[in-house]
Amino acid sequence: MTGHSHVELNEVVRSYDGPPVVHALGPIDLVIGRGEFFSVVGPSGCGKSTLLELVSGLARPSSGSVRFEGKQLQAEVPDGVGVVFQEDSSMPWLSVRQNVGFGLRTSALPQKEIAERVDHAISFMGLAEFADHYPAQLSGGMRQRVCIARTLVLRPRLILLDEPFGALDQQTRLLMGDELLRLWRETNATVLLITHALDEAAMLSDRVGVMSARPGRFIDMVETGWPHDRDSRVVTDAQFGRLTARLWSSLREESLKTMGRAA
Amino acid sequence: MKRRRAVVLVRAAVLAGSILVLEACCRTGIIDPLTVIPPSAMFASMIDRIGSGELNESVFSTFSTILLAFTLAIGCGTLAGAMIHRSTRLRDVVDPLLASYYSVPTFIFYPLLVALLGLGKAPLVVLGVLSATPAVVISTLSGFDGVAPVLLKLARVHHLGPARTLWWIVLPAALPRLFTGLKLALSYALIGVIAGEFILSGTGLGYDISFAYQSFDNRAMYGTMLFVLLVAVIANGFLYSWEGRLARRRSRG
Repeated sequence: MTGHSHVELNEVVRSYDGPPVVHALGPIDLVIGRGEFFSVVGPSGCGKSTLLELVSGLARPSSGSVRFEGKQLQAEVPDGVGVVFQEDSSMPWLSVRQNVGFGLRTSALPQKEIAERVDHAISFMGLAEFADHYPAQLSGGMRQRVCIARTLVLRPRLILLDEPFGALDQQTRLLMGDELLRLWRETNATVLLITHALDEAAMLSDRVGVMSARPGRFIDMVETGWPHDRDSRVVTDAQFGRLTARLWSSLREESLKTMGRAA
Repeated sequence: MKRRRAVVLVRAAVLAGSILVLEACCRTGIIDPLTVIPPSAMFASMIDRIGSGELNESVFSTFSTILLAFTLAIGCGTLAGAMIHRSTRLRDVVDPLLASYYSVPTFIFYPLLVALLGLGKAPLVVLGVLSATPAVVISTLSGFDGVAPVLLKLARVHHLGPARTLWWIVLPAALPRLFTGLKLALSYALIGVIAGEFILSGTGLGYDISFAYQSFDNRAMYGTMLFVLLVAVIANGFLYSWEGRLARRRSRG
């Protein structure tokens, strides 16, 4: 864990009213440090996205508490939290520039500063050439970069990413991983990444939490030990193989449970 | 682009061909000129009537009524659609009623509307609204249903209240489907108002057509009919072209 506690989950349980009542998640106890890059891996349907919704304030826990910067969340997204969703959430009726600046429409900042922030986010994500294009004119990876840039302009202190590269090919995912690491270093934000890709988690994170099959609980915590200024080249390091192997060995039995088979 | 141009050319050729065939049939007596006058005569009559200012009062009366009915239908229909969309229980009750509404000939309410509202513009406006609103409600429901849930989550992440969520996210996201309602509403408002004028009103283009028909004044009748037809086609064409521009912006790759 990197700094002081930034996000804290205590005995968090999430279940859905039935019948039958579905126990989706927990109990979960988790502390994510300020500035830490924390990833969550787990079998399909284990509650990874539910965990992200709880941490973002988009959903409330059935019991337990979620704290961000010491304050308990009350069913709304607190200031300082940015979310990048798995699905394409670019708005097709807005240009790239308008999409990126969307979150600042209600901001009290001077127009000049808004424009500077938007331009910086667009350039940072390598979209300068496409600022006046519409999402339909961009590839899937570029549209996801638009969504990340839209989060970046808000200068969030906590960035939540729900399988943001799930729909992209392997090469693009590696490159997007580099972009994400750059973004993390630039903003000094805390990052919570939900992913199903073990290699992505092993490459990007300071720490990886492995979740069990539903109801999801943490069954392993893996410290990666990567330096702060890492990038996708760590995949050639022998440590990367060891980390991925450990994640898989923790996860294999749970994945088989999800498939309804014994280990 | 070439394909689109070809389609437009073929469409224009079919239309021009049909007009020429009708012209020839009327001129050669295959069609009795007492029944249908040649399209060129229809066009000349339309120009004469517009040029002489004969139609001015009717044009103003009819199109202001249509515009009012159309605007009210869009406002009421979108509002009703949004409210029904918010309430699952209300939706359960209203859905089958909306589906069966199309089978109701709204003209049957005309005597009732005249009894309630008198012989002025009001019953015509209400008739237009009654005809056009369901299409707007249905397209609003369909449009709102189609808004990606992730965009609604995005609205929450950006702390948007209900009004801003509606204005900034839901309406633009639903716009392609709302356009279907817009086009139908225009057609239904036009049909409702002109048919209402045709039956009972003492003013408007519908009344003019009816009066000319009863006076055996074919030239005036067809001239006015052609005028109504052209205005309807141009208004619809404008909406189609606007819709096409929006669709192209959203789908060009």
